[in-house]
Amino acid sequence: MSKLKPPISGQLEEEFKAQSPMMEVWSMFCRNITAMIGLVIVLIVLFAAIFGPTLYPGDPFEMVWAPFSRPGEEGYLLGTDYLGRDLTTLLVHGARVSILIGLSAALLTVLIGITVGAVAGYYKGWVEELLMRITEFFQVLPTLLFSMVIVALFGASLPMITFAIGVVSWPPVARVTRAEFLRIRELEYVTAARASGVSNFKIIFRTILPNALPPIIVQAALMVGSAILFEAGLSFLGLTDPNVVSWGQIIGSNRQYILDSSYTVTIPGLAIFITVLAISLVGDGLNDALNPKLRKR
Amino acid sequence: MPALLKVENLRIELNTRDGISPVIDNLSLELYPGETLSFVGESGCGKSMTALAIMGLLPDKVGRVAGGRILFNGENLATASNERLNEIRGNDISMIFQEPMTSLNPVYSIGEQIAEVLRRHQALSNKAAWSKAIELLDAVRIPDPQSRVSDYPHQMSGGQRQRVMIAIALACEPKILIADEPTTALDVTVQAQIFDLMRDLGRQSGSAIILITHDMGAVAEMAEHMIVMYAGRKAESGPVQKVIESPRHPYTQGLINCVPHLLAELTEERPQLAEIDGIVPSLKDFGRDECLFASRCEFADTLCRSQRPPGFDFGDDQIAACWRAGEIH
Repeated sequence: MSKLKPPISGQLEEEFKAQSPMMEVWSMFCRNITAMIGLVIVLIVLFAAIFGPTLYPGDPFEMVWAPFSRPGEEGYLLGTDYLGRDLTTLLVHGARVSILIGLSAALLTVLIGITVGAVAGYYKGWVEELLMRITEFFQVLPTLLFSMVIVALFGASLPMITFAIGVVSWPPVARVTRAEFLRIRELEYVTAARASGVSNFKIIFRTILPNALPPIIVQAALMVGSAILFEAGLSFLGLTDPNVVSWGQIIGSNRQYILDSSYTVTIPGLAIFITVLAISLVGDGLNDALNPKLRKR
Repeated sequence: MPALLKVENLRIELNTRDGISPVIDNLSLELYPGETLSFVGESGCGKSMTALAIMGLLPDKVGRVAGGRILFNGENLATASNERLNEIRGNDISMIFQEPMTSLNPVYSIGEQIAEVLRRHQALSNKAAWSKAIELLDAVRIPDPQSRVSDYPHQMSGGQRQRVMIAIALACEPKILIADEPTTALDVTVQAQIFDLMRDLGRQSGSAIILITHDMGAVAEMAEHMIVMYAGRKAESGPVQKVIESPRHPYTQGLINCVPHLLAELTEERPQLAEIDGIVPSLKDFGRDECLFASRCEFADTLCRSQRPPGFDFGDDQIAACWRAGEIH
């Protein structure tokens, strides 16, 4: 064989070099094949969301051909929908909205969740009681129904949909954050930080939070997936901005023709399915990489 | 010379399931600049509580200063605001903890953790704090500080981590360094190195040291003054040499007898290790008006069981809180 392996000494040196915790997590993540597949798919979807509209310019709502042209038949890769609109263009433009809502709703979720959980877990006492009762109040509300009410009351604009999703899905994040804070606040390095004069604010956000992040990051990754699903659910029910296209909205508007032209519903459905699955795989990979118990395997 | 730290009739109460109990009962002490004072006693007799009270770090809602004053340079720390305490902590008074394995934050490099204290209290720039951190690592005798400064805690051994803790504690040249059983979790060989280091650096920076330990050998080596604590009360106090040579309180005698001796010639019959029978009374009994050591004391009589002994002066600052201290010696 002409292929020679590189000398092993170089590899070893790299292996034993001092690694920051983040680098360690990354190299751990890279070893997880399913997680890497998920990451590649997520990156492709992100690429489509960012550059897709430039590659497929034009108004996605414009009628380009006869309705119900089957995928690939009349020169349109994924065919046309019931109004004769190009499904490919719809899908690519819809990716942007779906991903945007997924990311920003997850960000909102994490911001609310971390703040509530951190304050409750750090201060304990009546502060914790109050905040956790509020969290439980939000937890027992039927999420889809509550966000439908918000969107129905305040209008179906993108920021309002994001807000509606974020405001109903933060309780799990708050609970995880609180649990981590309750555990970490009793550790000796927190006492040591207090003994060297660190203020409460800095202890919460600089001393404890970075150590509490791993499970929160995993939660946040899964939140992105569930926010995309949530948005799809809302727009399937017609609670969406009719002027922007999203994957759920494509399904929703074509749902009457599901028996005759199932591809108009199946294709955006597959897009949602694959994207959410890929995000879950990434979240799962992060879980393994960030969990110190699994790290040494 | 005025005392740097003066604790007057300190009483700390802890909320327990059985009600309120005084974990520290009427404790007074004085600490002078550059001096080393040692707290000795079994687990659960209030040594660490005293340290936490001085730092203002008593556990929230569980412990509180119920009486007395903690005067640092004339300022009462027991009533100081949290903001004021944050200025003092880590700058004028700093602390080393028992468990070096867990008292460093795992997500920051050790250099960052040393530099942070310097930036906070001395307003140093990032760069200046970082190079001071390297100097400090060198001072605590960590080899190759230039490259180890960016290491993370998990890459260091227990002894090295405790050295880093010392570097953090001494970064701002505090007036008082409180060391809460700094070597308990370390190998015997490393213990001596850590004590040497603390003594040398303490001398260089002129810091007074409060050493909390149950290692009589460390006390003899390190401290000038010692306080023997039992069940939240001062059992005996005085200059180390005097107390160790002629202990007056039966508890002090017991503690000194408990130090095992190494024998050169081992025979079949191993010498029995000395012990003090019984255990420290439970927290709910701490407030009683009696000698709390009486249940474990071979000299105890009815007086000991009915009235709390005051401190009897035996000259040279040696004070023992025992009714029969005069006869026992």
